[in-house]
Amino acid sequence: MLVFAIRRLLQAIPILLGVSLVVFGLVHIVPGNPIDMLMPPEASPEVIAQMKAAFGFDKPLYVQYFLWLFRAMQGDFGLSVFNATPVMGQLMVALSNTFILAILGASLGFALGITFGMTAAMFHGKWPDKLFSALATCGVSLPHYWCAIVLVLAFSVLNDFLPAQGMGDDSLPLYQRLEHLVLPVITLSLIPMGVIGRLVRATVLEILGQDFVGALGAKGLPRWPVIRHVCKNAAPPVLAIMGLQFGYLLGGSILVETVFNWPGSGNLLNLAIYRRDIPVLQATILVLASFFVMLNLMVDIAQAAIDPRIRR
Amino acid sequence: MLDATVTEDALRVEDLTVRFVRRNTDVAAVNGCAFSLKPGETLTILGESGSGKSVTLKAMMGLLPDYSRISGKVMLNGDDILSMPRAAQAKLRGRAISMIFQEPMSALDPVYTIGHQISETIIQHEGVDKVTAWKRSLELLEQVRIPSAERRLKNFPHEMSGGMRQRAMIALALACRPNVLLADEPTTALDVTVQIQILLLLRQLQEELGMAIVFVTHDVGVAAEISDRIAVMYAGRFVETGTTREIMRDARHPYTQGLLSSTVHGGLRGKVLETIPGTPPNLASLPPGCAFAPRCRYAMDRCSEGDIPVVTRESGAMARCVKAAMLETT
Repeated sequence: MLVFAIRRLLQAIPILLGVSLVVFGLVHIVPGNPIDMLMPPEASPEVIAQMKAAFGFDKPLYVQYFLWLFRAMQGDFGLSVFNATPVMGQLMVALSNTFILAILGASLGFALGITFGMTAAMFHGKWPDKLFSALATCGVSLPHYWCAIVLVLAFSVLNDFLPAQGMGDDSLPLYQRLEHLVLPVITLSLIPMGVIGRLVRATVLEILGQDFVGALGAKGLPRWPVIRHVCKNAAPPVLAIMGLQFGYLLGGSILVETVFNWPGSGNLLNLAIYRRDIPVLQATILVLASFFVMLNLMVDIAQAAIDPRIRR
Repeated sequence: MLDATVTEDALRVEDLTVRFVRRNTDVAAVNGCAFSLKPGETLTILGESGSGKSVTLKAMMGLLPDYSRISGKVMLNGDDILSMPRAAQAKLRGRAISMIFQEPMSALDPVYTIGHQISETIIQHEGVDKVTAWKRSLELLEQVRIPSAERRLKNFPHEMSGGMRQRAMIALALACRPNVLLADEPTTALDVTVQIQILLLLRQLQEELGMAIVFVTHDVGVAAEISDRIAVMYAGRFVETGTTREIMRDARHPYTQGLLSSTVHGGLRGKVLETIPGTPPNLASLPPGCAFAPRCRYAMDRCSEGDIPVVTRESGAMARCVKAAMLETT
């Protein structure tokens, strides 16, 4: 088991290097020079060259890559081209804002999805199955920016229950800041709820059809211990998708963050693209991609811990 | 000397009937099955696939789906299981009556160790602590002759060979020393050499523990090897029963004769193999009279006219056949 974990950890290193290369490459394939965007059109060539040298854009690409990677590994992503503040600071703020949303949205979505999926599978073909399957299908198929708007309309515009915009000031009392979380978290939980609900239902049904479940009944186990067996068997595929879903949420939904005016990583990414802010763009994508890789690594290890057949 | 506990039946099944009723279909899977078993006795239910053998076992274990309608009596040590509430049934399962399955790979939970799965059963039924249960599991693995049992307890099912897995499955079934063991084709998925080992093991364990075994198989050779008595099942009904010797040497029912003569063995080299023509009937629409009549070479008009006479011999052997009845009277 430990050997498996260490091996998977080592395998993550080339993946991360590959990711960094792709991130760096993609940003530089985009036409247009970031400095040109910043400088007034009448700027003299000397000034432009100076700016380029200051940001390191004058060196050959591969040198830029290694310099960038070397600094990035030390947590230094350079300065934003747009406002010359350290990228790291912006990124940490945006990420932590998104992280709050992601972890709450994922928890809510996963909890609901697992409950719905399990109930639907247990009552296969009966009304709870139909009800929860319909809910899960709604979750995956309704566009979540639309749900966001409907929620805002219902809870903020028509009735003044909850704030519609932003994170709230640091000066606000805690419960008021929590109120700001409610609508975005509900919106973000819809897709994980639907995806996980459908997956749990399908997986549990498949496992319930297997011989060993009958054999568990044959050795006289009552309902709950049997359900525990079923859950442990269903866990690995569900964990895999939960990892992916949480990864997507960490990336921040540009649409949802825009509707709720939430200063998260989706927002930052969006702005960086508009502003051609290459250092910010690179740093954000690299950090998010690394999170994604690490998350899946953790899922792999958890899966292997649960199902011995995966440890190879 | 006759002991009262020896003469008492470990298991008695009376008029067991199973129907699967769904919206448009009504499948008569088992039609009035009856037998009894004394402790230490082995009855083999022999039949083709789809004849209702496994359904009979599952009905006794309460493992059939919700839409099945079960009637009749299954008396285990004098109590009718079928009329008990579910919770009481569950208490008996794995304790007084337990079952081993055809494919141990799919009948064992792949994500728990063998030791865990055996201990779990012991803890469930006897309320002992984990350490005691683990010790008992170790003894059980040794009892089913698994080498280096200590290590095997910590194995997962996929880490064992087919024969080992079936041994582990048997250990699991015997965890609480059941009076009755139901064996659903436990050797079908195994190599021939391993088959013999498992059969021998079952016989040894039966002698040690004195349990009654209901063994289900489609393999005539296996049936001859393991059973005291054989019941031949066709379309959910026993068409012939008798001691192993009576069935093997002196079968009266044409279906039994057909089964025996379509068995492949070395003596048949160079000869044309016999088969039973046709296929088993659709259980959703059984013909009146003898279900085997459409495939029977001796079939006559009377065979498809309802009540089929039952011929019994002095030993208690039975055949449900018009032709056998006619031979008897002449």
